[in-house]
Amino acid sequence: MSASAVFVLDLKGKVLICRNYKGDVDMAEIDHFLPLLMTQEEEGLTCPIMSHGNVHFLWIKHTNLYLVATTNKNSNASLVYAFLYKVVEVFTEYFTELEEESIQDNFVVVYELLDELMDFGFPQTTDSKILQEYITQEGTKLEVAKTKVPTTVTNAVSWRSEGIKYKKNEVFIDVIESINLLVNANGSVMSSDIVGTVKLKTMLSGMPELRLGLNDRALFALTGRDKGKTVTMEDVKFHQCVRLSRFESDRTISFIPPDGESELMSYRINTHVKPLIWIESVIEKFSHSRVEIMVKAKGQFKKQSVANNVEVRVPVPSDADSPKFKTSTGHAKYVPEKNLAVWTIKSFPGGKEFLMRASFGLPSVENDEMEGKPPITVNFEIPYFTVSGIQVRYMKIIEKSGYQALPWVRYITQSGGRTAMLFRYSLYSKKRPIIYS
Amino acid sequence: MEWANQLCENRQFGSKMTDSKYFTTTKKGEIFELKAELNSDKKEKKKEAVKKVIASMTVGKDVSALFPDVVNCMQTDNLELKKLVYLYLMNYAKSQPDMAIMAVNTFVKDCEDANPLIRALAVRTMGCIRVDKITEYLCEPLRKCLKDEDPYVRKTAAVCVAKLHDINAQLVEDQGFLDTLKDLISDSNPMVVANAVAALSEIAESHPNSNLLDLNPQSINKLLTALNECTEWGQIFILDCLANYTPRDDRESQSICERVTPRLSHANSAVVLSAVKVLMKFMEMLPKDLDYYSTLLKKLAPPLVTLLSAEPELQYVALRNINLIVQKRPEILKHEMKVFFVKYNDPIYVKLEKLDIMIRLASQANIAQVLAELKEYATEVDVDFVRKAVRAIGRCAIKVEQSAERCVSTLLDLIQTKVNYVVQEAIVVIKDIFRKYPNKYESVIATLCENLDSLDEPEARAAMIWIVGEYAERIDNADELLESFLEGFHDESTQVQLQLLTAIVKLFLKKPTETQELVQQVLSLATQDSDNPDLRDRGYIYWRLLSTDPVAAKEVVLAEKPLISEETDLIEPTLLEELICHIGTLASVYHKPPSAFVEGSRGVMHKRLPARTGSGESTESPDVGAAGGSAPEAAPSIIPSQGDLLGDLLNLDMAPPTTSGPPPPSTGMQMGGMDLLGGGLDSLLGGDIGGSPAMGAGFGAAPAVMPASLNAPVGGGLGDLFDLGGVGMPMGAYIPPKIVWLPAMKAKGLEISGTFARRAGVIQMELILTNKAMSVMTDFAIQFNRNSFGLAPAGPLQVLTPLGPNQTIEVSLPLSTVGPVMKMDPLNNLQVAVKNNIDVFYFSCQYPISMLFVEDGKMERQVFLATWKDIPNDNESQFQIKDCHLNSDAASSKLQGSNIFTIAKRTVEGQDMLYMSIKLSNGIWVLAELRVQAGNPNYTISLKCRAPEVSQCVFQCYEAVLKN
Repeated sequence: MSASAVFVLDLKGKVLICRNYKGDVDMAEIDHFLPLLMTQEEEGLTCPIMSHGNVHFLWIKHTNLYLVATTNKNSNASLVYAFLYKVVEVFTEYFTELEEESIQDNFVVVYELLDELMDFGFPQTTDSKILQEYITQEGTKLEVAKTKVPTTVTNAVSWRSEGIKYKKNEVFIDVIESINLLVNANGSVMSSDIVGTVKLKTMLSGMPELRLGLNDRALFALTGRDKGKTVTMEDVKFHQCVRLSRFESDRTISFIPPDGESELMSYRINTHVKPLIWIESVIEKFSHSRVEIMVKAKGQFKKQSVANNVEVRVPVPSDADSPKFKTSTGHAKYVPEKNLAVWTIKSFPGGKEFLMRASFGLPSVENDEMEGKPPITVNFEIPYFTVSGIQVRYMKIIEKSGYQALPWVRYITQSGGRTAMLFRYSLYSKKRPIIYS
Repeated sequence: MEWANQLCENRQFGSKMTDSKYFTTTKKGEIFELKAELNSDKKEKKKEAVKKVIASMTVGKDVSALFPDVVNCMQTDNLELKKLVYLYLMNYAKSQPDMAIMAVNTFVKDCEDANPLIRALAVRTMGCIRVDKITEYLCEPLRKCLKDEDPYVRKTAAVCVAKLHDINAQLVEDQGFLDTLKDLISDSNPMVVANAVAALSEIAESHPNSNLLDLNPQSINKLLTALNECTEWGQIFILDCLANYTPRDDRESQSICERVTPRLSHANSAVVLSAVKVLMKFMEMLPKDLDYYSTLLKKLAPPLVTLLSAEPELQYVALRNINLIVQKRPEILKHEMKVFFVKYNDPIYVKLEKLDIMIRLASQANIAQVLAELKEYATEVDVDFVRKAVRAIGRCAIKVEQSAERCVSTLLDLIQTKVNYVVQEAIVVIKDIFRKYPNKYESVIATLCENLDSLDEPEARAAMIWIVGEYAERIDNADELLESFLEGFHDESTQVQLQLLTAIVKLFLKKPTETQELVQQVLSLATQDSDNPDLRDRGYIYWRLLSTDPVAAKEVVLAEKPLISEETDLIEPTLLEELICHIGTLASVYHKPPSAFVEGSRGVMHKRLPARTGSGESTESPDVGAAGGSAPEAAPSIIPSQGDLLGDLLNLDMAPPTTSGPPPPSTGMQMGGMDLLGGGLDSLLGGDIGGSPAMGAGFGAAPAVMPASLNAPVGGGLGDLFDLGGVGMPMGAYIPPKIVWLPAMKAKGLEISGTFARRAGVIQMELILTNKAMSVMTDFAIQFNRNSFGLAPAGPLQVLTPLGPNQTIEVSLPLSTVGPVMKMDPLNNLQVAVKNNIDVFYFSCQYPISMLFVEDGKMERQVFLATWKDIPNDNESQFQIKDCHLNSDAASSKLQGSNIFTIAKRTVEGQDMLYMSIKLSNGIWVLAELRVQAGNPNYTISLKCRAPEVSQCVFQCYEAVLKN
């Protein structure tokens, strides 16, 4: 059904630790993994699934480690990858950093975790908060208190333990919207979407029942209310704790939250997004001489709002040298290892427009290699604002002890990380220089 | 967070506090030292020693010599130490089976420990010790653990049953563990249910005939309830298990879908994909005019799109599956083109898959955007990606006719970049565009010729040569161009050589006066100086053709070629169906059936989508045809494999735009029509025809006689040819030859001939539709009247392309036997209505009842005897089959091919008595006794059946099968 064995390898392909779950694949098969990968890398065509004879390797890479699952059956590939990423998550929560050293330093716990995470190829308990209740860093002494399996492990509520206590009961709700955007060189928006997440930091006692209300258009349509702005969510994904059938039937988001930090839900919105920061660029390449870059950034959001940590990343040829910058605000620097000119603006008020000019020298002997034309990327964050207009209308908290709890909501819109605002540009090749005034 | 702080502190103190210290002892006599430490009285020292042993094990040192000493540490109240010892046991028990028995007692004891963690740990580890000898000792502890009061122990024990079954299946069955496992499906704890389902599925997968998971509406209901409560992984086990169930009717199917759809909102991508699998499979049973059907289609798109924001590996799995889904149900994602735009930083494997899907979704509505994107991609750096992007532009041109011009000009722009591989790729696709739109874009040839020198890849060279040969009359210096290639003839790859040969022959036929020398040169190079048999054969054919009858040669070589189809890389429909049943798994990623890459799965039943079981209404709602593109049943109208065969001589043998997956099943072996051979060519070839099948096929393709029916494989006569050649068709079910059911004059020019076949358990109506009218026919649909065995179309009639005048198309229509029933006379009569844009036509035909003989029609001997006695003698009918010259064994195996099973054979006084059983699709059994006397060509057959009216039909089948 899924993995026969799971291996953690270093970058040289040496097995750091492994666990044979089913015994139907020879453990020595792993020796073929790295040579296969090397061959693929040489051809420039890596693939997350590789096979050698009857054995299939499903792998992911994390820092300086490969996590590899082997199988010789028609396994559920999506389950295997989801599981491997879960392993990374659990190990990271245990060891803060998951890397070669942390595996070696903690091999006893790693073995224990591998034993608990999966049995005979079937993933079992993978919630690290719950695992931490019975797999601890220190050798467990069998005291009376520890002779019980946390009921959470097998409970229907497998993500929250009973008996949690806080003096002050609070929930912090972060609504974070990330923008994906692709603009063509001619200024037309090719594609755009918003990926939103709702993150919780729950500090509530007992087993509270929570209900989250958003200005979800589908919900309002269902209940016949029509007050103010609503938002259409194209697709919604929920944490295990949310009752999916309930949501399916009446769009109610009801759940018993995990303790501490968690990602409650994510959603995707398809509506056309106005590029919050608009980039125009003129990039001219004078062969054998230099590259001239002019970038204009314009804040297309409300004047009252401010974008923080704006970063405009402009690709430059890999053989560029002697950078010169001039900016109307912020500062620019050359990051040669990434072939980028990065222009940083700490605080960018809405409606404003800024300019950056850069010039780079080019060697007289030209680089033969074809270079791609990566787009210009813009990263930023705008607090107290969601681009979609989504709002938390209420968060109801009910616990049988009847305490009063306070929900706190924060909004932020950003781009960067997994999402990106990308601007393609035309590259003008010039034979003789043109002087800009 | 305390543990984390501690960890940080540990790090600050250096490696002293961490486990890594255990890896550092590499002194001599290490094993000896460890032995001493393991036997120490001090608990702490013992534990440290075991850790050292495990550390050595981890780095691959052999520490098996310490087995008895480590096992001695097993009895401890320290959980961590116990776990380490268990770990050691799992690793070394196999190499020390005798000593592993020492551990049994502790296991048994631990299974009764007061602490459920220890009970579970023991039962979990026990199953991992794959030593046959000790398994039987583990039965009692396992039995107790399966009934343990703690769900944690029960869920672990459930998995242990699967482990034990893997080691000793018989033992598990004898001990009744399977029944206990089945009981656990009703356990009160969802986690236990999930693991029981997982264990049962696992066992069922390796023992496909065990009928373990006999799913029924009650058990399905239990699973659906547990689905809401168990962990994300448990949900996947349950969904994957549900996917194996076949609902009884569309109502049940809908209610399951309704309860599965909420899973589409789960954050775990694997849960989503497994839910998609269940929905894609079950919606097959829903009537398309049902509101719920379209609701479901709408619900599937958003989660599929969201999968593209998952981690890259999961995206890859999702994209490979979306590729299947788009082929099966193009309507789901047809508006979602943009999300498949490639991101600059996508990994290459994601980029290539997205590109594939972009081409599939390209349509007139979005082509402008798609082209703009593709052009952008063609300027990137990644060679493979760029090539594919260029190829994609060509595919768009072929797929969306309105965009062809724009595509060609985009390709020309790209050729101007002079980037070598871009130019070559562009030329390859332009050749395909010429094939699709002949005499339309020849103006670009001049530009192409400018780049002749830069072509160094065989495929591009061959493409260019083909273009030159094909348009030789318009290229002034065609002879010079081709001659320049001829210089290095022997260094070229076969592909180029073949192409060059054909191109020069074409040139000669077009401009005979100036090119005689050239053609002689190439023919001699091909026939005398080459040791490649294909090249020689082709050379000889041309040579003889040209020397015997230049007019015929012209007709053959310069014949009009069939147009290429846009969807040459569609996955063959039955494979697609099977892959849909495997969504999320490796099979769906490889686009191969599991039997192709999993050892020992060859005998396993291929999964199929369930057949529609609605009451048969509205199978042909008019817009189904219009939905187009969805080609679940019918083979693409222009069949690539056939093209290849034909092309061998027509020089179309350059690969059609990447074909993935095997070619469509050779229904009737598309050999292009052997009977076109005609006597003349036959004699010309003399004895060669038997010698080279490729040549034979090539000749068969001589299409000049009947160019319009090129894509209509001619069924008859073909079989004979095969028999002559001794190729021998595999023994299969008897399929009557196609006969004309509906003559053209009765149906305003539509002629329908056909037959029935049973292939891999599916009844197929195989039709040949010929348009003998002057206008184009579209919007085909089919319906059956009620009939004796409830035959009904299992899907719409898939005629995807309009049928032009003088065109013929072959369609096979899968049938189900769940339609409405009405007794007909004769019993096997079927009344059919076929509709097209012109009118509705009716005809009736008779199907051989053997189509209804099911695969599991082999009766147990005892049952046979009892049934034979049980059926009153009045129901027995006797027939004579005359002039049959098979011996009894041959007859028996021939009959078996049509699902007539011989149960026993008795020989009495030189007379063979064969006892046979047949089961009809409606559950009726027919028992038969066939008497065969050596030397006597007349057989006697007695049939016994509770429904004696079928006997006549069955007898006819016997006769047909035995005599064909």
